[in-house]
Amino acid sequence: MTDQAQKPRMPDEVGVPDPFQYMHPVLKANYGNWDWHDRPRPGVLRHVSKSGDVIYTVRAGTQRQMDVFTIRKLADIGDKYADGHIRFTTRSNIEYMVADEAKVAPLIEALESEGFPVGGTGASVSMISHTQGWLHCDIPGTDASGVVKGLMDMLHKEFVQEKMPNRLRITTSCCQINCGGQGDIAVNVQYTKPPKINHDLVANVCERPAVVARCPVAAIRPAMVNGKPSLEVDEKKCVCCGACYPPCPPMQINGDDSTKIAVWVGGKHSNARSKPTFHKLAVANLPNNAPHWPEVKEVVRRIVEAYKADAKHWERMGEWIERIGWNRFFEMTDLAFTKHHLDTWTGARKSMNMSAHLHF
Amino acid sequence: MTDRKPTDGKPEGGSEGHHPTPHLDQLEDGPWPSFVTGLKRLRDEGSPGNRKMMNDLLGQLNHSYENRLGYWKGGTVSVFGYGGGIIPRFSEVADKFPESKEFHTLRVMPPAGYHYTTDVLRKMCDIWEEHGSGLIAFHGQSGDIMFQGCTTENTQKAFDALNEIGFDLGGAGPALRTAMSCVGHARCEQSCYDEVRAHRTIINSLLDEMHRPALPYKFKFKFSGCANDCVNAIHRADFAVIGTWRDDIKIDQEKVKEHVAEKGRKYTIDTVVSMCPTRAISLNDDDTLEIDNKSCVRCMHCINVMTKALSPGDDRGVSILIGGKRALKIGDLMGIMVVPFMKLETDEDFEKLEEFAENVVEFFADNALEHERIGETIDRIGLPAFLEAMDIDPDPNMVNHPRTSCYVRTDDFDDEAAKWFERKAREAGLQISAE
Repeated sequence: MTDQAQKPRMPDEVGVPDPFQYMHPVLKANYGNWDWHDRPRPGVLRHVSKSGDVIYTVRAGTQRQMDVFTIRKLADIGDKYADGHIRFTTRSNIEYMVADEAKVAPLIEALESEGFPVGGTGASVSMISHTQGWLHCDIPGTDASGVVKGLMDMLHKEFVQEKMPNRLRITTSCCQINCGGQGDIAVNVQYTKPPKINHDLVANVCERPAVVARCPVAAIRPAMVNGKPSLEVDEKKCVCCGACYPPCPPMQINGDDSTKIAVWVGGKHSNARSKPTFHKLAVANLPNNAPHWPEVKEVVRRIVEAYKADAKHWERMGEWIERIGWNRFFEMTDLAFTKHHLDTWTGARKSMNMSAHLHF
Repeated sequence: MTDRKPTDGKPEGGSEGHHPTPHLDQLEDGPWPSFVTGLKRLRDEGSPGNRKMMNDLLGQLNHSYENRLGYWKGGTVSVFGYGGGIIPRFSEVADKFPESKEFHTLRVMPPAGYHYTTDVLRKMCDIWEEHGSGLIAFHGQSGDIMFQGCTTENTQKAFDALNEIGFDLGGAGPALRTAMSCVGHARCEQSCYDEVRAHRTIINSLLDEMHRPALPYKFKFKFSGCANDCVNAIHRADFAVIGTWRDDIKIDQEKVKEHVAEKGRKYTIDTVVSMCPTRAISLNDDDTLEIDNKSCVRCMHCINVMTKALSPGDDRGVSILIGGKRALKIGDLMGIMVVPFMKLETDEDFEKLEEFAENVVEFFADNALEHERIGETIDRIGLPAFLEAMDIDPDPNMVNHPRTSCYVRTDDFDDEAAKWFERKAREAGLQISAE
């Protein structure tokens, strides 16, 4: 082999690809020139341009983690009905843009017959934004795709119709870092025990000062254990957040029984009506009961049903609860309000009721 | 090359050499598309490399379901010329599942707005079938296309092939991360700026910070065309760019009347008028709308409800919020409004945005402690210090209300007040000369 052949290929640092080469021609032609939109039926958007052009969008759910066969199937559908262009939404739904209205119904039929539910628009439960879990993450307390599959099976009806008061966004996260993000309902791992330390490995694997610095409550300190430099945790201080685990895997935070699941409610990204909000604790300590997580599903079902039955049109989960009061939220969902619902972190005081406003 | 029998690629033993997956098998029923069915199809019908890897991957995943524990650890894998973008995964149970002992992810930056042709999707599939596992996620929470499951040896080959078709690695580790932008201008009438241009201008000018990680911690940009914030920028981005406008909401009163006629007067009052957060809307007796635009906060609600009758004004631009992040380490933070309005139309406007983004990242690089996000830095040093470093004047839009704590030294208050009045006079002068 010559030196030339052995020389590594250096990357072509192209950065963010130009989307115009992939964009549907009607979208490209009307870039920045749209006038209004409506939704002729659940799962379908109609956008009308100031030029008079019309584009229909058909939205469908996917499993996000897709095998090449599924992607090629979606591509085949795109070739047949949507001029060979697609896009994805923030929540991993696929969207087909169709200029010819006559192709909308056959496209929906093709998607549904291949098992891709059409929906996720308007006042629906859209796809759950989720993480990697046991499939790929190095620190997961649970799986992601599995719990999402179970929840979306249960909520499938609410994906394909628009019968919620407003959009309902669910997220899941496999550790307390919460990569799934804020949600109207957030299903997140909540650790319940301090890390179990493998003292034989700490000195070799962990940069100890960095691990000490990572703890939000200063509960970790260097220590000699069995003659080896290691770390110890003040278990009275420890809030079991798991922050020490990524930089120091010998501080095992996951346990087959101690890794639990908490459900949070009322997070909102949008600025519509009320300002964005963080989600708040509804219930903790649910079992991490793979593969169906029945206890989690039951809680989510109760929350979704209470919201659906009681919220006013356009009220998001958090806005609904703010109106009816937390008393009624816990009553309607048959969940307990405990001392653990009282925030104790920095700024906690701002979450207390410092008024005589009451709900009975 | 030796002869290939049809069973090549499948390990020996068990039912056709497959690991039993009783837990995962239960996730194949039901109406939602099943990722398990997809994994099995790769095991059964994928390329020979995909088959072996997926059989053991399914075995390990089922093992996780059984024991309720994860079995991946990180490490160091990269491609020539770059320091980040690959998420290395080595199995801790490789003795049981050797074919998926290396299962790295390539984070690849998608086109802004997530547009694809079916042709480019097929090319990606072909590349990943040849060099990877055949499993791709559109998209991860980081905003990347995640090409999941690659051996250390094939990582370079897979990247080279993806790079040849015009794709580049995204961010990982303490670095600039892959950004996200909403569909925006491409298909949304509520979009207030050219998201694609803003997204590509900023990220492509800072690529060095993405590909050669050297920042104190991660730094994320997200671009939403309006305050509906479809890419969750305020919660999730260190630098959130949100479209807005300064002039009046545009009203088509005939369409308002049509809306009221169709939906009813009470329903319109309940869902539009009463839900305005600043009580800036009223419905007139003739079913037209009156909007007090000085009180409007550009929240988007009424425009969301009356998509035909109402739209954002013409004097559009962006707001920039700095410091959003999730819990680690000091607790959740949302971005703080730092630039209430910036025009974003001309080349000069975009240059100004790019320059501001570079300044913020440079400030972060110089001033943040290790593993500190910029929101935490601002909390630590105080917003006034950050504004001073960025040469931005304080503005009432940055706060919910002025300070309530008296613990502050105010002996230069008069100088600061003079700056405010000077600025106001300058702005008034600019307005007069513009007229």
